[in-house]
Amino acid sequence: MSNTGKYRNNPDAIRALVRDNEVHKDLFVSQEIFELEMEYLFSNAWVYVGHDSQVPNPGDYFTTTVGDQPVVMVRHTDNTVRVLHNRCSHKGTQVVTDMYGNTGRFFRCPYHAWTFKTDGSLLGVPLRKGYENTGFESTEAMKGMQPVGAVHNHRGFVFCRLNPQGMSFEEYFGDSMSTLDNMIDRSPEGKLEVVPGVLRYLHRCNWKMLVDNQSDTCHPMVAHESSAGTAVKVWEEAGSPTPKPMAVELFAPFVSPYEFFEKMGIRIWKNGHGHTGVSDSIHAAYSDIPGYWEAMERAYGEQRAREILGDVRHNTCYYPNIMVKGPIQTLRVFKPLAANLTLVESWAFRLVGAPDKLLERTLMYNRLINAPTSVVGHDDLEMYERAQRGLETRALEWVNVARLYDPAEKQGTNLVVNGTSEGLMRSQYRTWAQFMTSSMETAK
Amino acid sequence: MSAVTDNDLIEFVYREARLLDEQRFEEWLQLFADDGYYWMPLLHDQSDPVLQGSLMYEDKLLLQVRIERLSGQRTYSQHPRSRCHHLLQRPEILRDHPDANPAAGKYVVRTAFHYVEARGDEQSLYAGWTTHTLRETADGLRIQLKRVDLINCDAAFGNIQLFM
Repeated sequence: MSNTGKYRNNPDAIRALVRDNEVHKDLFVSQEIFELEMEYLFSNAWVYVGHDSQVPNPGDYFTTTVGDQPVVMVRHTDNTVRVLHNRCSHKGTQVVTDMYGNTGRFFRCPYHAWTFKTDGSLLGVPLRKGYENTGFESTEAMKGMQPVGAVHNHRGFVFCRLNPQGMSFEEYFGDSMSTLDNMIDRSPEGKLEVVPGVLRYLHRCNWKMLVDNQSDTCHPMVAHESSAGTAVKVWEEAGSPTPKPMAVELFAPFVSPYEFFEKMGIRIWKNGHGHTGVSDSIHAAYSDIPGYWEAMERAYGEQRAREILGDVRHNTCYYPNIMVKGPIQTLRVFKPLAANLTLVESWAFRLVGAPDKLLERTLMYNRLINAPTSVVGHDDLEMYERAQRGLETRALEWVNVARLYDPAEKQGTNLVVNGTSEGLMRSQYRTWAQFMTSSMETAK
Repeated sequence: MSAVTDNDLIEFVYREARLLDEQRFEEWLQLFADDGYYWMPLLHDQSDPVLQGSLMYEDKLLLQVRIERLSGQRTYSQHPRSRCHHLLQRPEILRDHPDANPAAGKYVVRTAFHYVEARGDEQSLYAGWTTHTLRETADGLRIQLKRVDLINCDAAFGNIQLFM
């Protein structure tokens, strides 16, 4: 760990990395910046942990990471979902390592059998007498498996803030929960379930390149010409057979012209949250699935059902590191591993009470677009890795985000802008600078 | 139709791998039945390719897209091109497999493999087994389903761009 680097305790140097219309390459290549991101950004932001359908019963747990911190999300005996640091308070051993399991009423460390309730509190220590009159009661070990700073469960979606103090969930997300709400409401029962199996895709690039890409609407027709463009061509050469295969229907909108993306708009909320696809999107023109509309109309009434299904947002970013597609029921997590290494997890959700055909489409989309075996994924990853290599050179120092910059955007919230604006990226970089520096002390 | 021998089935699997290693993708695709599928499960012991997540589950149209894409001028993830190599254990004919029915011209063959995919200076090794469901047709044996199970199907991978 570098305590004497260029940026630690130097908020001015960090602020200088983000200009109105360009950002410095150190955001992507500096390992010191990466470590500070873990301490300041990922510890003070509300970060997605998991979905409560992954832990349906008391004692069920799911292991994951928040920033660089291994945590375990567990259903406590009182039925609430808790998030604990995955570290025994005795010698530091990771207590559980399976991705999923059921621990019963307590966790038991496999090293010395110390036990912890599912709220993290220390339950038992073998040979307890040996700790009498040792000052044990005032040691850190008494803290047990330490809970994270704060947890919020929004209709099944569990977020946490590692630091005990900081911005509230409501203040952090503002109006942006509407995308998750829309995804949930697309179930006639208002209920989602995580589908077993997650696509895990290793990217040798910085995590922010993936965030950036989610609102980058000037790349699909270029980078994905090779995949989506070829899919359309192969289908046309076969005589455009109807009904159009589901896969072609999913691929084709990627190669829509610039005008399509310009018109669909981008909405920018505060704190780096926002979405592409305000009035239209690449998910707007999918075929109807028999039985779905009827189920929705029965559940919500015609008007409300139309409202829910008419909201066809494209990519919604919840800063810092997830992207949600409501109309297709996927959620991607960009897990930072190092300045030049990111693990992308793509999760799929089942709309409870909807026909299976929707799940079939969700899963097809996920493997065609987000898998390590996906041709669309190959297109994107090649670009990220080339960008990472390019930024590691000593040629130019800045990454451009000037497209459709308007100084007024720095004041507004809940703005709707041209669909090819880089305004959401700029808002994310401003949020980045704010979180990186707001609690950082200045070296004397 | 002449009777399909064990050796025919074994030779079919070897030839299929060789066509991939020699990048003769169009010929390779012709080995699939018109309603054939290539499947790479995401879960260990996965039973359903449609309602459970998979790495790949592709019909001939999607396989054709992949093949045309590989040779496209603007397929930047293939600059430089990838190459692959299959090292196969002797294929084993699964006579007790529920899909095997020699009387109806259906055979199931299991083949353990090590597969290497290389691009530029890097290469990756994958290990697992392939289960071919083959069907006898007027044109010879065709692939009904090629299922590729990786021992670490749920691991984090970089790009896998060719066919195992």
